[in-house]
Amino acid sequence: MKPKRPRPKLDQENMAFWTGGAEGRLNIVHCGDCGQYTHPPRVLCRHCQSENIAPKAAPGTGVIDTFTINYQPWAKDLEVPYVIARVALDGIPGVYLTTNIVNCAVEDVAFGDRVRVLFEEQDGIHYPLFERVA
Amino acid sequence: MSREAYITGVGQSEVGVRLPRHPLLLTVDAAREAIAEAGLTFDQIDGVFSFPGKVSGYLAFSPVGTDDVIEALGIRSKWQMGGMEQPAQLSAIGMAAWAVKQGICRHVLCFRTVYEAGGMADPAQYMPARSDTVSGASQWTSPFWATSAACWTAQYAARHVHKYGMTREQLGQIAINGSKNAMLNPRARAITKEELTLDKYMSARMISTPLCLYDCDRFSDASTVVIVSAGDALDEVTCEPIRIAAMSGSVDRYSWDQVEWPAAYDAGRDLWAHTDYTVDDVDTAQFYDGFAFLPITWLEGLGFCEKGEGGRFIEGGTRIARDGELPLNTAGGQLGAGRLHGFGFAHEAVTQLRGNAGERQIPGSPKVAVATSGGGPLAAALLLARD
Repeated sequence: MKPKRPRPKLDQENMAFWTGGAEGRLNIVHCGDCGQYTHPPRVLCRHCQSENIAPKAAPGTGVIDTFTINYQPWAKDLEVPYVIARVALDGIPGVYLTTNIVNCAVEDVAFGDRVRVLFEEQDGIHYPLFERVA
Repeated sequence: MSREAYITGVGQSEVGVRLPRHPLLLTVDAAREAIAEAGLTFDQIDGVFSFPGKVSGYLAFSPVGTDDVIEALGIRSKWQMGGMEQPAQLSAIGMAAWAVKQGICRHVLCFRTVYEAGGMADPAQYMPARSDTVSGASQWTSPFWATSAACWTAQYAARHVHKYGMTREQLGQIAINGSKNAMLNPRARAITKEELTLDKYMSARMISTPLCLYDCDRFSDASTVVIVSAGDALDEVTCEPIRIAAMSGSVDRYSWDQVEWPAAYDAGRDLWAHTDYTVDDVDTAQFYDGFAFLPITWLEGLGFCEKGEGGRFIEGGTRIARDGELPLNTAGGQLGAGRLHGFGFAHEAVTQLRGNAGERQIPGSPKVAVATSGGGPLAAALLLARD
């Protein structure tokens, strides 16, 4: 049996990110004043300290900035290998997501690959994973 | 009043894996050795500094706090500090240097005690309680089974492979060099039993590409103590003082995945802003190697080579060997001598500068050493000089 993914503890700051997938939204905190993005999410804009912020749906596509193929099972029964990637999001400069690249063999993943988000739901948390765009 | 700070004593307990000795007693062992080396007594100590302080929820990681040491050794402390929110492990020594430079303290005992191997044998007492949720910084990595700092460091290392052509043969020189030096370090006996060969390294199992088993340090049980003294208190010590010639730290953001480059690049550059010494003056480098890629970031960050050239700099291992142009991690580093969590690098730098390293002593009467700590978004460095 596959172990459950560790569950983020929901709070005021992270709620929109971890639950947005229910509506297919990859929510990133966006500033209504300076237009820049803040991730990890905060109750203010980290660029201009404005409190006029709200989660905004990212396009959900991006590029693999770097990645590792992980072989160590960090939990009992965790299936290895799997890819841990840092994805640079389209349209959201300076924001990266650590995620998994799924739906392909680990050896098919490469730097610069175009990817798009898909959500894996577990107990109300919608984990943003990514898959390669053909 | 002298505005300089000196390291006047270093000490270390036995280093082992699942040592039966209580971590407070390991700390006392290291403290006694450091005090004796400095020629001081505990009643002359008036400050106690540590990283990260006692971590009650995870005692294996940090089982002893400054309060414990003050109490156990009968220290009358004027100032103490222990906390995780510092640039990195060696910043505790940097804070002690500030305390003596300001005249707040005369002799400060700095320590780092780890019980990460022994603690796993007694999880009820030493390991964190099981939690159903993750929060804080780990919520951005753990849900994707990027559980360990090995995974996070691997992301940076993989980029070096991709962007700069770093090879596993090059990276492997960190662990191989560490094992060679550890074989000459009596305190590394429990950690390194034989020299690591390139063949063995290349066939090791992968943890997180490009990091293999030998690129990751090993949990150990130990305590390391460093005594920092004020420049105008040196008449009270009997040892050769080692001056803290410069220090630097950097935390841009506490995040392993939002920062473009590890903090070692900023802290490395900044170290030279505080001294007339240059990178050419350094006789030995003691670089944090919790993962083998981290010394590469320090080599590049401090300017021993250009960004991206670290792999080629250590190729073949001759340059970083004890008789090379930049002897690196001469006690074995954490890969060879156990996860002492940063303080081992200051201990070894001082030991080498004093010519006390025995069989592993580097030639040429070294005068200047760099010791570093941290990884990813954390970095702190010390430049140490024998005047």
